[in-house]
Amino acid sequence: MLLARIIGTVVATRKDPRLEGKKLLICRPVDPNGNDEKGYLIAVDTVHAGFKEQVLIVQGSSARMAYGCKDTPVDAAIVGIVDQVSLD
Amino acid sequence: MYLGKVIGPVVCSIKDPALHGRTLLLIRRLPNGPAVVAIDAVGAGASETVYVCRGREAAFAFKPEEVPTEATVVAIVDTIEREL
Repeated sequence: MLLARIIGTVVATRKDPRLEGKKLLICRPVDPNGNDEKGYLIAVDTVHAGFKEQVLIVQGSSARMAYGCKDTPVDAAIVGIVDQVSLD
Repeated sequence: MYLGKVIGPVVCSIKDPALHGRTLLLIRRLPNGPAVVAIDAVGAGASETVYVCRGREAAFAFKPEEVPTEATVVAIVDTIEREL
């Protein structure tokens, strides 16, 4: 799972029926200090995350186990909104 | 599966219902890999060397529950022996 921050939204009218009603967000991976890393990914939101929030993303087939994503065609899901990251 | 070092906890108050009560740890892949977030299944603590299971199989540690995870700490390493 990785840490990311939300940098935008995606709107798709025509999509797989199982994705209807799900919010698609553009996320940029960040390091533990909150600095941006390369690339981006589109993830399905399951926790009502918002713009600029730091979130926890689960990738791969495990994303289908996120709340409300059973048997949906997703490979990245937002499963948590990060409050705090501590570095020991 | 790979070895990692626990570098700290991650706190999320709003999260998937299946993640409630589970500890999220930030793990640095050894020796100098990226930091990933993993769910703790064994009670690992700060700066311990751990064994991380990745992919779909990471969720098997919590069966029969279906937990949305792709990285799980499944063991705490005591010693490593190797040549060289």
